[in-house]
Amino acid sequence: MSTQAAFAAALLDPRLNCPKGLFSTNGADPDSRFAVYRNNVQSSLINALAHSYPVVGQLVGDEFFRAMAAIYLLGNAPQSPLIKDYGHDFADFIQSFEPAGSVPYLADVARLERLRTLAYHAADAQPLSPEQIGATLADPQTLSELTVELHPSLKLLTSAFAVVSIWAAHQHNSTLAGIDLDHGQHALILRNGLDVEVFVIEPGASAFIQNLQNGQPLIQAAESAPAFDLGQTLAQLISHNAITHLHHNKVSP
Amino acid sequence: MNNLPFGLPPRAGLGLKTEHFREVLGSQPDIGFFEVHAENYMVAGGPFHHYLGLIREQYPLSLHGVGLSIGSQGPLDSQHLKRLGALIERYQPQSFSEHLAWSSHGPVFLNDLLPLAYDTPTLSRVCEHIDQVQSTLKRPMLLENPATYLAFERSTFDEADFISEVIRRTGCGLLLDVNNVYVSSINHQGDPLAYIDALPLHTVGEIHLAGFAEDTDSLGDRLLIDDHGAPIDHAVWALYQHVLERTGPIATLIERDNQLPAFSVLHAEARQADELLQFARGRS
Repeated sequence: MSTQAAFAAALLDPRLNCPKGLFSTNGADPDSRFAVYRNNVQSSLINALAHSYPVVGQLVGDEFFRAMAAIYLLGNAPQSPLIKDYGHDFADFIQSFEPAGSVPYLADVARLERLRTLAYHAADAQPLSPEQIGATLADPQTLSELTVELHPSLKLLTSAFAVVSIWAAHQHNSTLAGIDLDHGQHALILRNGLDVEVFVIEPGASAFIQNLQNGQPLIQAAESAPAFDLGQTLAQLISHNAITHLHHNKVSP
Repeated sequence: MNNLPFGLPPRAGLGLKTEHFREVLGSQPDIGFFEVHAENYMVAGGPFHHYLGLIREQYPLSLHGVGLSIGSQGPLDSQHLKRLGALIERYQPQSFSEHLAWSSHGPVFLNDLLPLAYDTPTLSRVCEHIDQVQSTLKRPMLLENPATYLAFERSTFDEADFISEVIRRTGCGLLLDVNNVYVSSINHQGDPLAYIDALPLHTVGEIHLAGFAEDTDSLGDRLLIDDHGAPIDHAVWALYQHVLERTGPIATLIERDNQLPAFSVLHAEARQADELLQFARGRS
């Protein structure tokens, strides 16, 4: 094993001893010095997860969160120097982490927090103005072939829990009292200007937006979704600057 | 005196923190330059680029990498080098710097600046990597001296001699972290003044000042941790003055990454450095 391989392994696994060939000038036990590096690595990565998943941390408490993150870290060392992406699959880990089983909505809250991070850093795109969109939608001839391009930050999440209400309650120190936790919600996450916004939308609206993201024309996307209020959903997308392009996909004769 | 093409002004600068974006744009403080960690801006879009773009229009910029792992036993991550190139193209920073350290092993990124054995194979490898960085980015870089807690039995060079040789062979400049000098000197029972005087001070393109944390090792001796989480220590200010007497005024960053205080507190430390730079200017 190379020096750096042994060093890296011992940093990530506290059960391993300090690698050979290291010393302290004053004769102190190298283990006590190596512990500084190990602590830097472990605490910086756990802090990175805590920074990315603040509501998960609030839901389970700091001590539980850090213990859970330390176990995640053992099997999931970062694979990229872009530390913002560290823990991108933390929700899947939480889902199968038995000690967190008493908080069944925890994994979906982590999914929502991850989508918020993705939306925050997603590519920029200029939205169409309500006037531009209005002018295009006013022409019924072309409506059936119209495809809608949405902002790159726009994400959807379907949860069997009241994931948006749970998340929102932690944005202003309120409690979960009064929230029907098992009432499933469909979340819409997008960046409007510089701010990430989170909404609860109807199941049909979520299916419709998913259809649009898959490239279906507007009318088809609406018709193949469960019943929902198309006018209200379009108005919401327009007013939150989520529509970036409208394309006429003319069918060749 | 500094004669390398590193264009940061000989003033005090601050690390640009996301918490301070709006305050900086709103109050436009008299700061010599801002420094950012390159990896924080390796994202597609959104507020980070929005604010950095606006701040860059008004201030000189230092791009400081923390993830390139120049000391890796394996090859450099060419994707990461490409991302650095794109950031440099976009923001045209006055300076690009990285560390004499390693942080990746194979695909695993350890998120810390880890120590190197100062021997001939390491010297060749570090020089090859710096040559690759400078030829890919088409500009000289600054290399930062590390803070370390352990030494390697294999080392055949002193750290200052090792750094001098890297600079001589690659033509890179030195980012002299005065806090790291102090931390390492205490941790390895060295003389910080002798260390500084052994460095090629004419190649210093930037200075870093920061605070450290105090710990003790198994013998109960002082063990200083470079945590960027405290005000700059008196001993580090004194060393800084010793450096300025030899270099003349050099762009100086106040580094604070943890226990972040109000912007005004950091600005006060920057003013303190600016006063010493002003004094050095008068003398040179």
